[in-house]
Amino acid sequence: MENERSFLEYLRDFSETSSPLDFVLIYDNLGKFFEGALVTLQLTFLALFIGGLIAIPLAIARAYRKPGLNQVIWGYTYAFRGTPLLVQTYLLYFGLGQFEAVRTSFLWDPILSDPWWCVLIAFTLNTAAYTTEFLRGAIETTPKGEIEAAKACGMSPLTRMRLVELPSAFRRALPAYSNEVIFTLHGSVIASTVTLQDLLGVGRWLNGRYYLAYEGFVTAMLFYMAIVFLISLGFKYAERRYLGHLQPREVDPSERAPIAA
Amino acid sequence: MLSQWGLVSQAPAAPVLDPQDWTRLMDLIFEYRQILIEGTMVTISLAILSLVLSVLFGLVGAFAKLSPSRGIRRMGNLYTTFIRSVPELVLMMLIFYGGQAMLNDIGQATGLWGYLDVNQFIAGVLTLGFIFGAYMAETFRGAILAIPSGQIEAAKSVGMNPRQVFALVTWPQMVRYALPSFTNNWLVLVKATALVSVIGLHDLVWNAFSAGRSNHKLFTFMFAVLVIYLIITAISDLVLRWVDRKYSVGERRA
Repeated sequence: MENERSFLEYLRDFSETSSPLDFVLIYDNLGKFFEGALVTLQLTFLALFIGGLIAIPLAIARAYRKPGLNQVIWGYTYAFRGTPLLVQTYLLYFGLGQFEAVRTSFLWDPILSDPWWCVLIAFTLNTAAYTTEFLRGAIETTPKGEIEAAKACGMSPLTRMRLVELPSAFRRALPAYSNEVIFTLHGSVIASTVTLQDLLGVGRWLNGRYYLAYEGFVTAMLFYMAIVFLISLGFKYAERRYLGHLQPREVDPSERAPIAA
Repeated sequence: MLSQWGLVSQAPAAPVLDPQDWTRLMDLIFEYRQILIEGTMVTISLAILSLVLSVLFGLVGAFAKLSPSRGIRRMGNLYTTFIRSVPELVLMMLIFYGGQAMLNDIGQATGLWGYLDVNQFIAGVLTLGFIFGAYMAETFRGAILAIPSGQIEAAKSVGMNPRQVFALVTWPQMVRYALPSFTNNWLVLVKATALVSVIGLHDLVWNAFSAGRSNHKLFTFMFAVLVIYLIITAISDLVLRWVDRKYSVGERRA
C-alpha cells in the first residue's frame, strides 16, 4: 500500500514537471484500455477462426478448379481483396439500412443493426478471402510424391485431403498466416470508426474527453505493439515446432570435427 | 416461405432490385459524379505521392538494413519492426493530431512560427509514405540480396564508382526482383488510402459517405466506392504486369 502510493506520487510528479504525457491519466484509465484490448482481441480472433473455417473448403475448391465454383470463389476473393476493409465495413453497417427488406427482416434487430456484428461479419469475409488464396497456393504446391504415396496406400480422396494434403498445406501456409493474423489485427482498428470501443476507440475516447493529442493514441499504440509481439512470438514457436524440418541445421562449432592435419 | 422469414419485404411494391429502382440509383450516382470524380482524384494523388515517398523511405531503409555499420543496421530493423507492429490508422491519428500539437508546442516554445494547421492531405501522405516505406524496405532488401554479389564485385573491378554500380547494375535488377512484392505493396497502399477519410480528408470515401448520408442511400454510394477501388486495383494490376514483362526480358520463366 505504502509502495503503491509512492509510485503514484512519483508518477504524478513526473507527469506534472518533466513529461509531455500525463501518465496519471493513462494509469487511471488503464482498465478501460484493457477492456478495449479485449474487444480488439475478440473481434480479431473470432474473425480469424470463422474466416479460417470458411476458407478451407473454398481453398480446396479453388485448388482443384471445380468448374463453376472456382470462378465464383475467385470473384468473391478478388472483390474482397481489391477493396478497402473500411468501405466493406461501411457498406454493411451504414449501407444495409437502405433496404426496407433488410430493416424488416428477422436479422435486423439482433444482428445487422449492431456495429459489433457488422464489423465481425465484414472482418470474417475479408480474412476468409485472403486466407482462401494463400491456402489454395499451399494446397497446390503439395509435392506430387506425397499424393502418389497416399494413393498407393489406397486412401480415398477425402482421407487423402484430411490426412496428407491439408496438414502439409497448413504447415506450408504458416509463415503467410502469421502475416494474415497481424494484418487482421491491424484491420480491427476499423471497429473504432463505427462507434465500437476497441483499443483505438478507447484511445480516441480518452483524447476527445480530456482534449489531448498524444496520450490515448500512444497508449493504444503500445498495447498494439505488445499484442503483435506476443503473436510473433507464438508464430516463431509454432514455426519451430511444425516447420523445424525446414530450418537450416545449426552445428555447434565446438562439436565440429577437427580438420585432419 | 421467404416472406415468412422476413427475408422478403412485406410490402410487395418495393422489391430490392426492381429495374426501375436500379436506374434511379444509377441516376443518383450520375448526379453526384462531380464529387465522386473529385474524391477519386484526391485518392489517386494521395496514393501516388505516398508511393513516391515510400520508395524513398524504402531505399534508405533497405540500405540501412544492409549497412556494414551495426548501429545503422539496428536503426533500420527498428524502423521496419515498429511499423509492422502498429496499425496504420493509429499511426495516422498520432501523426495528424499529435504532430499538429507537437508542431504548435515547438512553435510556441521557440517563437519561430504561430498557430499551424496540419493539412489532412499532408498528414496522410507522410503517414502512408512512412508506413509503406518500411514494407518497401523489406522488398528492396530482399531484391538487393537476390543480386549475385559477384556482379557488384565485377562492376567495382572494372572501375565503376558507387553511383554507377547502383544505376547500372543494382537498380535494373533490383526492379526485376522487387516487382512482385512492390505490386503487392502498391495494392495494399491503395486500399489504405481509404483510412484517410477517418481523419477528415475529402477523399473518395468521405465524399461518397456524405453524399450517401444526405440521400439516405449509403449502400448505393458505398457500393460505387467499392467498384471504383476495384477498377483502380484492376488497372494497376494490368499496368504492373506489363512492367514486369518489360523488366523480365531475357529472364527464363518457369
